[in-house]
Amino acid sequence: MQKLVVIGAGMASGRMLEHLFEAAPGAWDVTLFNAEPRGNYNRIMLSPVLSGERSYEEIVTHDAAWYESHGVTCRFGERVVGIDRARKEVIGENGTVAYDKLVIATGSEPFMIPLPGRDLDGVIAYRDLEDTNRMIEAAAPGARAVVIGGGLLGLEAAAGMRLRGMEVTVVHLMGHLMERQLDPAAGYLLRRALVDRGIEVLCSANSKEILGENGKVRALMLDDGTELPCDLLVMAVGIRPAATLGREAGLAVGRGIQVDAQMRSSDPDVLSLGECVEFEGQLFGLVAPLYDQAKVAAATLLGEEAVFTPREVSTKLKVTGCDLFSAGDFAEGPGREDIVFRDPARGVYKRLVLEENRVIGAVLYGDVADGNWFYGLIKDGTDVSDMRETLIFGPAFQGGAPADPMAAVAALPADAEICGCNGVCKGAIVAAIQNGASTLDAIKATTKASASCGNCAGLVEQVLAVTLGDDFVAPSARPMCACTDHPHEDVRRLIKAKEIKSMPQAMQELGWKTPNGCHSCRPALNYYLIADWPLDYKDDPQSRFVNERNHANIQKDGTYSVMPRMWGGMTTPDELLAIAAAAKKYNATVKVTGGQRIDLLGIKKEDLPYIWADLNAAGMVSGHGYTKGLRTVKTCVGTDWCRFGTQDSTGLGIKLEKRLWGSWTPHKFKLAVTGCPRNCAEATCKDLGVVCVDSGYEIGVGGAAGMELKETEPLAKVATEQEVIDITVAFLQLYRESANYLDRPYKWIAKTGGLDWIRAQVVDDLENRAALIARFDISQSIYQKDPWAERATPEYQRAWAPLADLTQEAAE
Amino acid sequence: MSWVDIGALDDIPAQGARVVRTKLGCVAVFRTADDQVFALADRCAHKGGPLSEGIVHGHKVTCPLHNWVFSLETGEAQGADSGQVPTFPAKIENGRVLLDAARLQQESAA
Ligand code: SRM
Ligand SMILES: Cc1cc2nc3c(=O)[nH]c(=O)nc-3n(C[C@H](O)[C@H](O)[C@H](O)COP(=O)(O)OP(=O)(O)OC[C@H]3O[C@@H](n4cnc5c(N)ncnc54)[C@H](O)[C@@H]3O)c2cc1C
Ligand code: SF4
Ligand code: FES
Repeated sequence: MQKLVVIGAGMASGRMLEHLFEAAPGAWDVTLFNAEPRGNYNRIMLSPVLSGERSYEEIVTHDAAWYESHGVTCRFGERVVGIDRARKEVIGENGTVAYDKLVIATGSEPFMIPLPGRDLDGVIAYRDLEDTNRMIEAAAPGARAVVIGGGLLGLEAAAGMRLRGMEVTVVHLMGHLMERQLDPAAGYLLRRALVDRGIEVLCSANSKEILGENGKVRALMLDDGTELPCDLLVMAVGIRPAATLGREAGLAVGRGIQVDAQMRSSDPDVLSLGECVEFEGQLFGLVAPLYDQAKVAAATLLGEEAVFTPREVSTKLKVTGCDLFSAGDFAEGPGREDIVFRDPARGVYKRLVLEENRVIGAVLYGDVADGNWFYGLIKDGTDVSDMRETLIFGPAFQGGAPADPMAAVAALPADAEICGCNGVCKGAIVAAIQNGASTLDAIKATTKASASCGNCAGLVEQVLAVTLGDDFVAPSARPMCACTDHPHEDVRRLIKAKEIKSMPQAMQELGWKTPNGCHSCRPALNYYLIADWPLDYKDDPQSRFVNERNHANIQKDGTYSVMPRMWGGMTTPDELLAIAAAAKKYNATVKVTGGQRIDLLGIKKEDLPYIWADLNAAGMVSGHGYTKGLRTVKTCVGTDWCRFGTQDSTGLGIKLEKRLWGSWTPHKFKLAVTGCPRNCAEATCKDLGVVCVDSGYEIGVGGAAGMELKETEPLAKVATEQEVIDITVAFLQLYRESANYLDRPYKWIAKTGGLDWIRAQVVDDLENRAALIARFDISQSIYQKDPWAERATPEYQRAWAPLADLTQEAAE
Repeated sequence: MSWVDIGALDDIPAQGARVVRTKLGCVAVFRTADDQVFALADRCAHKGGPLSEGIVHGHKVTCPLHNWVFSLETGEAQGADSGQVPTFPAKIENGRVLLDAARLQQESAA
């Protein structure tokens, strides 16, 4: 009998032995080593064991009787420490064994991040039954665990421990969970599902050090200093092929043990399979291809012809109630296209990646019923051009009928629910239409469909279109951009109604059609979230136009202009000296602007943090000449000097500017205060202008002098400065809360149907005015900070300089 | 290829870019939301705008000056605009970003 030695009793080798014994019973004398003190079991089912849904006994694949009946010599709990290929011997911890053929199936090793403290007791990986039992034992009520890594394994560990009653925190380096499979919006869905289970999830969190006490783990410290107390720390950040034995034995090893399509290593008598191998540069981390390898390896041992070809793989997240399926290759790439479908009401996300009319990848969340159908399309390389439009709806919508985007809606049964809030099904809507309702509003009025959150408005319109055919008149509101069907108004309303507080949440709940928006919707969403949730939302610089990210105005040659604030147009000799010094130092062109201040043009990006520091030192702050925010408050000299002045227009202008600066608005916002109706400060063409008169102050709004020329319309006439300030703040806040992004106030006023509505809210209704002011002040508590002062730091000096300079190196 | 380490992946904000000075002029190194890196000449094919300062969405960037959109993969202008920006090999290894130095020089020699 030929002697076969197998190193590693894992999922791959177990399957190989089955094939071998089936095809040629008794042909081999097998010795099976395993470092774990047990034989083959179904490793992927460790998660159900952890969560308590299965027992270890249930996942054993080969028991003692099986090994005995096939004459396998089991050396479990014994690690192989070397291979002597010259003598054809395997060296185990307890002695050597000779082989004719050797199979290395050592799987992989969990990667441990080299953090200080990683050797402390209680720091474990998630790979085998020992790790699993360790987690189960730690699970006393009130015990805490931290999991580093928000991928499949980490989340399964977290969910399992949580089910056993532990307090669990997942720490994930990337901005959202399972970033390889999911876009940020779908990552948000998954995160929400985990948070609902009581798991804390920290994304963009970088671990710094593991803290211990008496040799035992006590907490994980993040690089921002946060300490997360824990009794157990699980690292699930990735795996590496366990190829050391092969390397030391002199086999060809890249990242894994290199094998040919017959699973032979560089030594024909040594085969290898499983996660420890590398085949044509590829590594493996899921079982399906390993089972194919097992078949091929068995055939090779039997002297038969067989060829291993890697296949597309699919995975499921094994967390009960979180349905996630992914298959194939879902990275973006040249010539690849995404089809994204989101059903916010059901929490469903589906994404297909297409290349040359073939599906090459699929990710499903929430509804994974069609997973295998998509997987089939991927494996078979089916040409999907004919069903492209309806592909994402799954197999139920394919078939004889010609492909039509409306087909999916047309095919919905009468009892399909369209409006989740009010429980209105398709049949009820169709009946309403047959009774004469022919617009969205009429449907709303008669059936209540889309009358609450409004999310299903698009679907209702499709039902209208399908039912009315040519009689259907499409509504006029234009979508924000190609990423969504919602117009700006809807998005603003829904962000408030559904308390949407993050960009991924917005894109998911509102059914965005692209993975992460575009240059047109992202700045708008970022603004809406800032305006509505100043305390909860974190500003996203990457969703801002360059000027607002760099806090200066970009020029045609890529340099920037820098414009400090000059409150109400007033300055001092010292400020002017500092501006002059900065202009010389940074070689700037100096210009007096149309907004009563001084612009320094032609500054290099890397100099910005330095010039800001210089201007800050002289007491100046950013003039925000680059923002959709408060710009200047122009004033005239007023009663201080002018023989016609009726009020202190300069002083009032300065007060207004000091109150409003730093606030973000839908478009830029400019004010002026002029001392008499001669109007030297041009107050009648500003977004808000104050004209001082003997008896008080006339406030006008909605002026413009840019692409359109508009005179202000009178909003109110008041007696005191305080009223001017209050009404101005309230008007600005109402504009902030309800205008579309990039609508100047005059456009917004026109869309709201005139000044009456606005006057009622900010002038007549005092309670409402006070509420608007209070909300503005909350926002200012966060945003009224000089962006220059915050960025005139060494950190920004580094971040704003080139990342590297290769001109030097090339010269060397 | 001769890969040269230009910095840590973490030094580039996700959905953002950093600039590397080379003999060919500045190269913009982008990091996308799915954590891939792409290197393109930092000069828009339209009027030379700094693409490194554009908004990154998907595997595309919008030029900050006049909103042309370019594929980060091919450097090609998207939609109705036409033009192409040179691209350079880039990759991530162990959290470091690498550019192909040989390629950067070969271009300058040509
Ligand atoms: C610097 C300045 C011109 C000057 O040298 O005087 C200026 C410069 C720019 N203006 Fe202006 N505007 C300047 C006063 C004005 C004024 C006059 C005023 O404010 O009294 C107007 C007309 C009043 C108005 O806004 O209604 C004005 C109407 C515009 C418009 C048209 C806006 C509109 O809604 O129609 C734009 C385009 C835009 O914002 O979309 C614009 C945009 C620009 C931008 C920011 C173009 C851009 O996006 O890059 C210019 C930056 C140039 C640069 O390279 O730095 N600028 N711009 C003025 C700065 C004032 C300040 O101290 O902050
Ligand atoms: C918790 C968990 C959940 C998973 N879920 C899924 C899933 O849902 N779907 C999926 O497709 N995949 C899943 N996987 C991955 C899957 O389990 C692996 O791909 C598969 O087990 C690899 O098989 P293998 O035979 O190559 O290695 P293994 O199954 O790891 O077996 C290798 C064995 O070799 C032993 N060994 C190593 N070195 C030596 C030595 N020097 N001497 C002796 N013995 C040694 C090890 O102790 C081990 O028992 C999961 C993995 C884990 C840990
Ligand atoms: S008018 Fe304003 S936007 Fe036009 S060129 Fe002059 S500064 Fe630029
Ligand atoms: S310079 Fe880039 S779009 Fe004009």
